[in-house]
Amino acid sequence: MPKKNQSTQNKKYQEYVEKTSPKPTYMKNCTWAFFVGGLICTFGQFVHNQIESRMNLTHLEATNITTLIMVFLGALLTGLGLYDLIGKRAGAGSIVPITGFANSIVSPAMEFKREGFIFGVAARMFSLAGPVLVYGITSSVIVGLIYYVIGR
Amino acid sequence: MESYVNAFIIGGLICVIGQLLMDGTKLTPSHVLVLFVTSGVILTALGLYEPLVKFGGSGATIPLPGFGYALAKGAFKGVKESGLIGAFTGGVQATSGGITAAIAFGYLMAIIFSPKTKP
Repeated sequence: MPKKNQSTQNKKYQEYVEKTSPKPTYMKNCTWAFFVGGLICTFGQFVHNQIESRMNLTHLEATNITTLIMVFLGALLTGLGLYDLIGKRAGAGSIVPITGFANSIVSPAMEFKREGFIFGVAARMFSLAGPVLVYGITSSVIVGLIYYVIGR
Repeated sequence: MESYVNAFIIGGLICVIGQLLMDGTKLTPSHVLVLFVTSGVILTALGLYEPLVKFGGSGATIPLPGFGYALAKGAFKGVKESGLIGAFTGGVQATSGGITAAIAFGYLMAIIFSPKTKP
């Protein structure tokens, strides 16, 4: 039964691969993601607290301005080439915060500048941000419609 | 001081979930981001994200699910204030600052800077 033989061999090989391939990345990656992501959010909280206490704004306004500042910083650090240095280690810790959203806009836009300002910069800006906006906005409309029908 | 600790923990944990999804499944960062925004909208609609924002502050609003949270909350507010049309205008209205900042600053930075050669 050569076929069965082969499948057991495959299985053994799979087990061998699983045993020998490096494992510790889970722990290490998650630790990095936790600390970098946590630090970005802590900095955001710092900005938020400063704005709220100094500029005498409502909580919601302060949240909006914080988002604005974080987006600006994310875009600036990406332009300077610093954000990708953080991202190399931090993984999701730098991708998931809103600064990562800014990074996902600036990075491809810079990269494809030589293809022109319309099809290069402007079109490529949304290669990742586009899907996020499409799914985010569409689902918010659906949720709003459901709320209109059953919620009020 | 407490607000910083809470933001650190909640923000860190949300990022760890993203990291586990990227490492443990075949999802790419793009998939994770789309998933996170959509989950943010759905969790907010179910009333499950609001407590997280209350507790974690920026730790819950800065990560991408927080973007979904703002979208859904805006859509609800829109419906409350102006009915059916609010479902279409509310979400983007609430997030217009962030979206516009991302487009304007993103474009500006992409024009000013050039990609660094990768070491």
